[in-house]
This record gives sequence, structure tokens and C-alpha cells, in this order.
Amino acid sequence: MSVLSVLRITLAKDLRMEWRSKDAINSMLFFALLVVVIFSFSFDLTADESRQIAGGLIWVALLFAAVVALNQTWARELRNQVLDAYRVSPAPAESLFLAKTIGNFLFVAILELLMTPLFIVFYNLRSIGPVYQLILASVLGNWALVVNGTFFGAMSIRTRSREVLLPLILFPISIPALLAMVGATTSTLTGEGSAHLSLVFLAVYDVVFTLLGLFLFETVLQAE
Amino acid sequence: MIPSSENQVPAVALEQVSKLYGRFAALRMLSGEFAAGRLYLILGENGAGKSTLLRVIAGLIHPSHGKLAILDSGDLKTVRPQLGYMAHASMLYDELSGRENLAYFAALYGIRVQATGDRAMRTVGLDPELDRRVGQYSQGMRQRLSLARAILNDPRILLLDEPFSNVDIGSARDMTRLLGSMRDSGKTIFLVTHQPALLEGVADESVYMSAGRIVERVQHRASSATLQAAEAQP
Repeated sequence: MSVLSVLRITLAKDLRMEWRSKDAINSMLFFALLVVVIFSFSFDLTADESRQIAGGLIWVALLFAAVVALNQTWARELRNQVLDAYRVSPAPAESLFLAKTIGNFLFVAILELLMTPLFIVFYNLRSIGPVYQLILASVLGNWALVVNGTFFGAMSIRTRSREVLLPLILFPISIPALLAMVGATTSTLTGEGSAHLSLVFLAVYDVVFTLLGLFLFETVLQAE
Repeated sequence: MIPSSENQVPAVALEQVSKLYGRFAALRMLSGEFAAGRLYLILGENGAGKSTLLRVIAGLIHPSHGKLAILDSGDLKTVRPQLGYMAHASMLYDELSGRENLAYFAALYGIRVQATGDRAMRTVGLDPELDRRVGQYSQGMRQRLSLARAILNDPRILLLDEPFSNVDIGSARDMTRLLGSMRDSGKTIFLVTHQPALLEGVADESVYMSAGRIVERVQHRASSATLQAAEAQP
């Protein structure tokens, strides 16, 4: 069986399960909503000040919220030891990794779509730079978060304190990508400087960590 | 029935297999051959290493020492399509129906035909049309579905860890009959249980384990190789 066919059925299964339970989306949404509301009431910002800090705020909120989804996605596989059924099957490990990454990407993308109007309203945001750069930063930044999160989520799955371990591993390794996401978003929102370099860096980061994940996932999956 | 030449190759061969967790030895220097086409009962007290042995054969645990060959192959990856494994836990998604679960797991073996999953469900006495999520199944139904998942890919070696736990006596007898017929069709079955009486007359051999060691093997029915050897004698 091919990597693509197993990827497709695993992704479809994950989306169906999330559609029925809405565990990941609901918890992410609730968390991100709290961050947006608390910060908007904590600071009295002008429109210019909002544009300066919004990049950091948006990505930190998404990063923390994404961890919730990343933990959920593997917790499902751990319940009833379902992951063992995958491990004893001849299905390729890469399919599981890619299906989980794409699934998480879609969940975080839905969160981004739902949160965008809220950010605009609460922080009175209007982009001065080209909007396509914001879209590009969202897509590349989202992939950077979930590709590492999915990989390290699988690594921490069998540890006792996996909820704590995942952010402990994920956050430091995501710092370079986070800086690039914030840089690209802030320069686009304020119209100051170029987002080009940050976007190129994000694209390279995504490619490198996707390839590393694909290469190492079999070892992670079959580890005891 | 599988051809006799295939029967000559041991389904599982262990050579000095040990599994250590730090200083604790879950399996200690296990050696032995298990002929194909037989039903083995793995018996012993809690902590004897029965489940660990099944997990080692399934490739879920790597031995710390020793060699393991399955169907004459040391590369467990290549024999995965030939294995079926049923654990203590159901290994099923609670959020999906029985049919959806089996369709997914069948696809992992490259089986894209819905009828295969439906047939496996009927074999264990479940209705494929039952539109209920596994989370709402009774424990006995889960156990049956778990067995259906393990036999989906028509494996040559079936590893069953406590398949009768939480199953009523009638269902357990049905499952026993099914396992007997699978053995008769050439499958090799390793079954861990604390209810050996259920398999009286069906099991070919009892393997007793204690403290990570195989302490005794008791044959209930002679293997085909032994019978062939006896027939060949003048």
C-alpha cells in the first residue's frame, strides 16, 4: 500500500473523529479567545501600538493554543492502545506523521480563520502592507508550528508528564520560526521593513523540519 | 490447510531471548520453536511474562538479547502482514462505529473492500449494520470487535492476549470454536489466558511461564510433523 493512500484514510479518520468530538477545536478556540480578551482589556493601546505588538500576540496565542490540539491528536491514539494496531500493521510510518501534521494544520488554520475577525475588532487592526504576506506568514507559520509539534508530540506520547514535556521541547525549537512569524506579521501590519526575508526563512525552516520528521518518524513510532 | 512444507518451518523460533527493563528481567533467555498450524496456550501467573512474550513476537517490544525468527524471517517488518494481534485494551477508536473501525484498520493492510470488515464482524457474531459507536459497545462486544480487527488481514499467526476477559461463557465458547477452526485451516495461534478450561480439546499445547521463563511445555495433540515422523517409521 502506498504512503499516499494510508495518509488519505488516516487523515479522513482523524477529521471524522474531530468533527464528532470537536475536542481539539473547542479547547484551542477557548484558549485563544481567553488570550485575546484578557490582553485587550489589560492594555489600552492606540491603533499604531496595536500593530506593533499584534504580531507577537497573535503567534504566541496560536502557539499555546496549538499545543492543546497537538496533545489531543496523540492522546486519541494512546487511548485503548490504538497506536499499537498501527505499529503492528505494515502501514508506512510516514503516512501517519503526514496525516497527523496535515490534520493539525487544518485545525490551527480553522482557528486562525475564526480568530482573525476577533483580532481585528479587539485590537483595531488594519494592515498597511500587502495582505498576501499575512496569508503567506499564516500558512508557513502554521506549518512550522504543527510539523514540529506533531513530531515532538509523538516523542513525548509515552512519557508520564507528556502535557508538560511537549511545550518544554517544542517552544525552544520553535523560537527561530516564531521570530520569523512575528517579524513577517509585524512588518506587514506596520508597513515598516520587508517581510520577504522572514518568509523565506520560514519556508526553509518548514522544508528542513518536514524532511527531518519524515526521516526520523519511523524510529519514534517504533520506540518502546 | 496450508501445505505441509510450510508446516515444517516453525511459525516462531526463539533463541536466548531476554527482555530487560533496567534490572528487571521480564523475559529470561527464552528458547524454543513453535510449529505452524497449532494453537498454543500461554499460561502462568500475573507477571510471568506472557503478555511481554506476545508483544515481542508482535514486534511491539524489541528483545534486549537473543534472536527471534517469525516464519523463518528475522526481519519482523517483512512479516507484519502475516500477524494479527489482540491486546488487553481494545485497540479500537471509541468515536467510530465498528464498521468504520474495521474499514480503517483493513486499509492499513491494503484491504479496501468493505465486505472484508463486514465478514470479520459476522464471523465474531456482530452485526455490521449496527450504527453505534464503539464507545457505546458493551465490554463483550468490544472484545469480539477487537478479535475481528485482529483477523481482518487473514494472518498466518494470531496473537491473542486474554481474549475471553469480560466475555460471557456462551460468547467465549463461540470464540473458542472460531479459533479451533482457524487453527484447523493452518493458522498458528498463541493465546494468553487465565481460563484454560475453555480451550480444553481445542488447544494443541500449553506453554507454562514463570518469572520470565518457559518452565514447561505440555502437548495435548501431536504436531503434524510428529505424526508424519511416526507414519514414516516402519
